[in-house]
Amino acid sequence: MAFIPHTAADVEAMLAAIGVGSIEELFDEIPAGLRVKSLAGVPEALNEMQIGRLMTERARADGAPLSFLGAGAYEHHIPAAVWAITTRGEFYSAYTPYQAEASQGTLQMIYEFQSMIARLTGMEVANASMYDGASATAEAALMAVRANRKSKSMRILVPTTLHPHYRKVALTTASNQGLKFEELPYCTAEGVTLPGALERYAGQDISALVVQQPNFFGCLEDVDALTDWAHAHGALLIAVVNPTSLALLKPPGEWGAKGADIAVGEGQPLGVPLSSGGPYLGFMTCRMEHVRQIPGRIVGRTLDVAGRAGFTLTLQAREQHIRRAKATSNICTNQGLLMTAATIYLSLMGPQGLARTAAASHARARELVGALSRVPGVQPAFSGGYFHEAVLRLDRPVAPVLKALAARGILGGLDLDGYYPELGHALLVCATETKTSADIERYRGALSETLQPARAA
Amino acid sequence: MSNVPADLKYTKSHEWVRTLANGTLEIGITDHAQHALGDLVFVEVPEAGRAVKAGEQCAVVESVKAASDVYAPLDGEITAGNPRLADAPETVNAEPYAAGWLMRLKPNPGALAAADLMSAADYHQLLDAEGD
Amino acid sequence: MPTAEKVIFEYSHAGRGASDQWPQDPGPAALADLPAKLRRAAPPSLPEVGELEAVRHFTRLSQLNFSIDTHFYPLGSCTMKYNPKACNQYAMLPELLARHPLAPESHGQGFLACLYELQEMLKAVSGMEGIALSPMAGAHGEFTGVAMIRAYHRARGDAERNEIIVPEAAHGTNPATATMCGCVVREIPVDAHGDVDIGELKRAVGPRTAGIMLTNPSTLGVFERRVEEVARVVHEAGGLLYYDGANLNAILGKVRPGDMGFDVIHMNLHKTFSTPHGGGGPGAGAVGVGARLLPFLPVPIVGREADGKEGERYRWLTESDLPQSIGRLSAFMGNAGVLLRAYIYMRLLGRDGMQRVGEYATLNANYLLKRLRDAGFDAAYPERRASHEFIVTLKRQARELNVTAMDFAKRLLDYGFHAPTTYFPLLVPECLLIEPTETESKDVLDAFVTAMAQIQKEAEQEPARVTSAPHTMPVRRLDDVRAARQLDLTWKPATQQ
Repeated sequence: MAFIPHTAADVEAMLAAIGVGSIEELFDEIPAGLRVKSLAGVPEALNEMQIGRLMTERARADGAPLSFLGAGAYEHHIPAAVWAITTRGEFYSAYTPYQAEASQGTLQMIYEFQSMIARLTGMEVANASMYDGASATAEAALMAVRANRKSKSMRILVPTTLHPHYRKVALTTASNQGLKFEELPYCTAEGVTLPGALERYAGQDISALVVQQPNFFGCLEDVDALTDWAHAHGALLIAVVNPTSLALLKPPGEWGAKGADIAVGEGQPLGVPLSSGGPYLGFMTCRMEHVRQIPGRIVGRTLDVAGRAGFTLTLQAREQHIRRAKATSNICTNQGLLMTAATIYLSLMGPQGLARTAAASHARARELVGALSRVPGVQPAFSGGYFHEAVLRLDRPVAPVLKALAARGILGGLDLDGYYPELGHALLVCATETKTSADIERYRGALSETLQPARAA
Repeated sequence: MSNVPADLKYTKSHEWVRTLANGTLEIGITDHAQHALGDLVFVEVPEAGRAVKAGEQCAVVESVKAASDVYAPLDGEITAGNPRLADAPETVNAEPYAAGWLMRLKPNPGALAAADLMSAADYHQLLDAEGD
Repeated sequence: MPTAEKVIFEYSHAGRGASDQWPQDPGPAALADLPAKLRRAAPPSLPEVGELEAVRHFTRLSQLNFSIDTHFYPLGSCTMKYNPKACNQYAMLPELLARHPLAPESHGQGFLACLYELQEMLKAVSGMEGIALSPMAGAHGEFTGVAMIRAYHRARGDAERNEIIVPEAAHGTNPATATMCGCVVREIPVDAHGDVDIGELKRAVGPRTAGIMLTNPSTLGVFERRVEEVARVVHEAGGLLYYDGANLNAILGKVRPGDMGFDVIHMNLHKTFSTPHGGGGPGAGAVGVGARLLPFLPVPIVGREADGKEGERYRWLTESDLPQSIGRLSAFMGNAGVLLRAYIYMRLLGRDGMQRVGEYATLNANYLLKRLRDAGFDAAYPERRASHEFIVTLKRQARELNVTAMDFAKRLLDYGFHAPTTYFPLLVPECLLIEPTETESKDVLDAFVTAMAQIQKEAEQEPARVTSAPHTMPVRRLDDVRAARQLDLTWKPATQQ
């Protein structure tokens, strides 16, 4: 029996000790009518060799196409040591560190993660992570409403340039608690939030303004002006940022005159493989004055009774297991394993490695945009600056083009038709340090051939 | 057995109320409450000028194992939150009825008479019933 | 165990780094187009260490942990069963790791097949009609379930229904979830035998009842014997039933929540289906629904075309397929890698293996309960069968010897066992909630009993040894009051402390 070590002799001895004749007797409190007779919908067991073969076949069927997809999940080199250590049984099969003395490894790891993320974002406090960037953004909105005592409106301004799935998750998560999300339009020429878009809110009660940098299009927002506007109008500023970009771009703690109040983002680029969308990790940071409003776990350093330094979960009174109905959130997890990978990744890459990764990614993206724009019928959609992702406009619908490319083993990017139809035939492309000039040339060539037949006619 | 000064009034939710010379009320949590919570790590008190209604949550006391809301015993206006508690929350444990006061409140006209407060003897009975 | 390890920043030296991990420097011209005012002025102060330094540091950190791979972990309500290595190995095949979430379905049929089959197997074991896999944790699943209940009532014009009934023994996430969904919590008591008080339930239901959240077996470790009656009372009042699947391991393969009358459930794949706890996550809180709530499931869900072309059968169902969906819960589709591990685990167990889980989890729990009682410990509900877990109360020891559940828990660490869950549920004073799981052998259970008996003796003869435990861990008991009063949440060099 898979994973069950009992022999017949064990079972006999145990039943005798309990004083019953069979295991079935132990279920005698359960009404007979509720007992399952058989589980027809579950197939018979496979052994490890068989499941290994099945999974290998399925994985191979999906292949390993050359991908230029970004849109919130980014392919970066992951040093071998990251997952070799993260999958050690002592990390992999450890529980939440409620018994601190038996969990100093995990607790110290979290403390190091908190420290690194705080430094990367330029913020004062970080928690032990959230489910992902989208849910972290939703929680940030809820937190801003709690923290912004002067505001009663629960209105959150959200740029249309914020990742469409993040906007949806915020709505699903927070609208039941009365938050109202209002969208800010963007400039279709430059791909960034219109500076004038905020003017109509002057004098109104706004709880928070969300700004994503780089935004969903890869474009660069005027974060200083937006942050200062928020603060001048009594709103908190929630920054949504890409952690790799922070090696080169100004961190949210330094935006505007006072810096962001809450900064969140998706930590996947830090040593977590794409794996079809998860598990990832959201990071969440804030100014120290708001620390009691931040959801999720936090680790603090303290002393033990012998005066030795050690680590423990702290500020738990905010959390569900104590506060119950009045908790800051119902969250009962942090993405422990992914946070472990991110901490090891950041340690192995260091500031230089991260800066190089960001720079090389940006260079490749520029090269990609340049190469593809040389194909007749393709041009950049926006005129402003971008970072490692950009939108191209095609002279025909994008979906069939992507299909043709996929048939050639290339995933060309994300069709924006379902998300931003006003942009016309728009394609979001991304290149990171993992792409070579040869890869880019292969894409350019395939795109050119795909678009050519129609043009020749 | 916890300390229950005879000259104060009490609420069911373990707050005490003292009438000051100028008619302002001083409010805190009882010895029983501070003992149940354990060492306090954080206290949040309301801002002066805030209007509150009876039963409204206006302060929070937090220990490592629990966080409790403190409620306004009657309608009125907060005149002060104890400024000492931000840096020294343990004052509430050490002196719950003296230096560990949480807030001061000016009651609305008639509010004190209408308030649901109990005498020290009645509060004693409540504690006995709860098994303290 | 090894003694403590420095913080990684303390190993840092300017200029050190694992340079073979860095891509080639594209040169400053590559960044010339980035506006100066958006550039970071100084590089982030991350640690600068060599690769071996980092590897040693993190390997040593791992050695400061207890884990299932190294220790018995009888944490009630957490289901700390063996995490099969095969689940990890095959979920981490390179092609599966490399797949982008937005890759087209043409390049995802293998992956989607696994998820579709997982949905089907979860339907079979739960007795529900529809499954969504995107909630990323148990609490997230709870949120999803209650949000669907609210959506259901709203769709019927019943917007007044905003009360969620919760037994007082419930896990803290239940009332926290109700609040997150904009609901009001009504707590009802359990009776002396650990069952929900039906009389109190009848008084609590009414026109404002949105639903009830139940765990079965309950957090007290006993089966809710009158669950069908509870279902009737709540349904008749117009409310729906939510099942918190935290304790599904007790009844896996033996009873199905759908058959008990539940309208919506969440399952903790990281408990019952053995995906790794990872030091605090990632989890996965798959939800299941009955017919009434099918339209409200969160997206995306895997669908199968009945007559799809050869090799192109699976696709994502999104908002256009489910217009009444409560919406999206994650940026992509939830914790895909966790779902794959659960899939592999369920395939390894198969039909018969699934039933063995409930049986042996229950056998182990009842055996351990009996042996502990024989050793002199008090069960909280002595007249009841244990489910997959049970509660031992140490209130007598606390009263007579001044030794608490916390003290026993800490001393168990010295004996090489992770402590059981302590002080939950809040209802039972000085409690230990003990869940051995089915993957532990009789020898391990016997050793645990021996340790507990030994600690009891120490408590009687040498209590200080217990009350000042642990003695052999990397740290002694930690000052958590100090941790909360003097917040040290990020490392600062000595000069800044």
